[in-house]
Amino acid sequence: MRNRTKMLILVGLAIVFVLLYVFYELNGNYHYAFPRRLIKVAAMALTGMAIAYSTVVFQTITHNRILTPSVMGLDALYMMVQTIIYFFFGSMSIFVINAHFNFLLAVTAMIVFALVFYQVLFKEGKRPIYFLLLVGMIVGTFLGSVTTFFQVLIDPNEFLSLQSKMFASFNNVNSDLVWLAGIVILIVFVYGWRHLSQLDVMSLGRDTAINLGVPYDKLVKRMLVLSSVLIAVSTALVGPITFFGLIVANLSYQFFKTYKHSVLIAGSCVMSIVALIGGQWMVERVFNFDTTLSVIINFVGGVYFIYLLLKESRSAG
Amino acid sequence: MIQVKEISKFFGKKPVIQDVSVEVATGKITSFIGPNGAGKSTLLSMVSRLLNADTGEVLLDKADVRRWKSDDFAKRVSILKQSNYMNVRLTIRELVSFGRFPYSKGNLKPEDEVKVDEALQYMNLDDLQHNYLDELSGGQRQRAFIAMVIAQDTDYILLDEPLNNLDMKHSVQIMKILRKLVDELGKTVIIVLHDINFASVYSDNIVALKNGRVVKDGPTNDIINSDALKEIYDMDIPVQEQNGCRICVYFNS
Repeated sequence: MRNRTKMLILVGLAIVFVLLYVFYELNGNYHYAFPRRLIKVAAMALTGMAIAYSTVVFQTITHNRILTPSVMGLDALYMMVQTIIYFFFGSMSIFVINAHFNFLLAVTAMIVFALVFYQVLFKEGKRPIYFLLLVGMIVGTFLGSVTTFFQVLIDPNEFLSLQSKMFASFNNVNSDLVWLAGIVILIVFVYGWRHLSQLDVMSLGRDTAINLGVPYDKLVKRMLVLSSVLIAVSTALVGPITFFGLIVANLSYQFFKTYKHSVLIAGSCVMSIVALIGGQWMVERVFNFDTTLSVIINFVGGVYFIYLLLKESRSAG
Repeated sequence: MIQVKEISKFFGKKPVIQDVSVEVATGKITSFIGPNGAGKSTLLSMVSRLLNADTGEVLLDKADVRRWKSDDFAKRVSILKQSNYMNVRLTIRELVSFGRFPYSKGNLKPEDEVKVDEALQYMNLDDLQHNYLDELSGGQRQRAFIAMVIAQDTDYILLDEPLNNLDMKHSVQIMKILRKLVDELGKTVIIVLHDINFASVYSDNIVALKNGRVVKDGPTNDIINSDALKEIYDMDIPVQEQNGCRICVYFNS
């Protein structure tokens, strides 16, 4: 099967699920349910694409296909910001009630964190990117511990409402924020589009990439920032689901078997849309909200991750 | 023209290259030789801007290599390192097509395809072009990478120990191709070599390094003699002439 055919099938599947999600059992309710469903579809498509894109880019610059950008500690930071807000200001404070405020606060915290982090680590000349990842993991673990510390001390009722922030959820996304996030993600995509062919060259390794005229070190920094912005926006919009990126990125490598990032990224974006919207539709109509999508994602993702690890270790041995 | 001016490089506090100045003759094969750890590969990496020198400068056509725009430089100078680890699965043709990236930016035009075909022919890879790199022997892989560099069509070709892991037949094949590139297409080749006899037979000029410094620099015949080799390698190496080639018999010295 040619890659064009594969892509068409995926796009077709995505359209089917979008239509199903929007129109199934709508019963002519165009005033209430219809716009709400559209917003949810948009939120899912945007986050799915943002996470797919950032994961593929991140895996290319780290030359590693079982990493997700969450090792940089952004998810952990998001959880800490939310926990601290709930701990000090409570679930009735303006920082929680006002969704815009909460969103902007979380996005700013994550982007500032990422920029400061890269600035400090890249300042002292060249360091291997694994050093950066290692520091990211340690900082992430530290932030996670701080979060747990506050969560243990927090008022149990506050903790219950905090829990809603701990898992990704598409059930109560704010429509203004979807617009805002959409614009940011669109800008990042347009900017990133120009660098897609350079990413192809980057996957040949640093020396070969520089030989072919790609400003490798500069591009690594830019791509890290780009992927952090995407993660920050999507996490602040729906909650932490970066693990999801691992699934779609690897499915895309397996399905398309190419080195071209234009195909890989487009493929993983469409796959995310299929998985998120299709999955959410099943959660709502088949399981009648008995479970949440992120639980399913973590379950399926976990199984797939173990499969990848086994496969990698077999091919390495 | 490539000129290296008083460059030094430190790894931590340890100097790897100290005050090295070299001028590379155009249209010639220049070999970098010397014992292990002499800094040959480091020097080559700095000439090709894979590494930045701590002091001093490398000039290409009188302009510092760090000032060159990345893709303009890639149209003038190409570099092939020893190990080429890749995360992706490519066919030979796909790899060689990457050699056109500085010109095509990923969208191959008909003239790029022609260059790719020529490079494949040059390295005798036509029949293998649709095979995947991980299915090839070491020699074929090495030829594929050299084909990529040929497709890049640069005036200067820099190679870091291209004969590593190759048998005699393939080593000779590759050296002959490099000779052809210089004699027929007027390229300038700079090559790091371990085997002194390949350097002796195929290169025009030799730069000998030792402990991060240039100890000898000149035409091949001035360097392949027992006195100069003693200085470079601390070994008494008899040199014999055979069919007009100077061969160093170092095996039992």
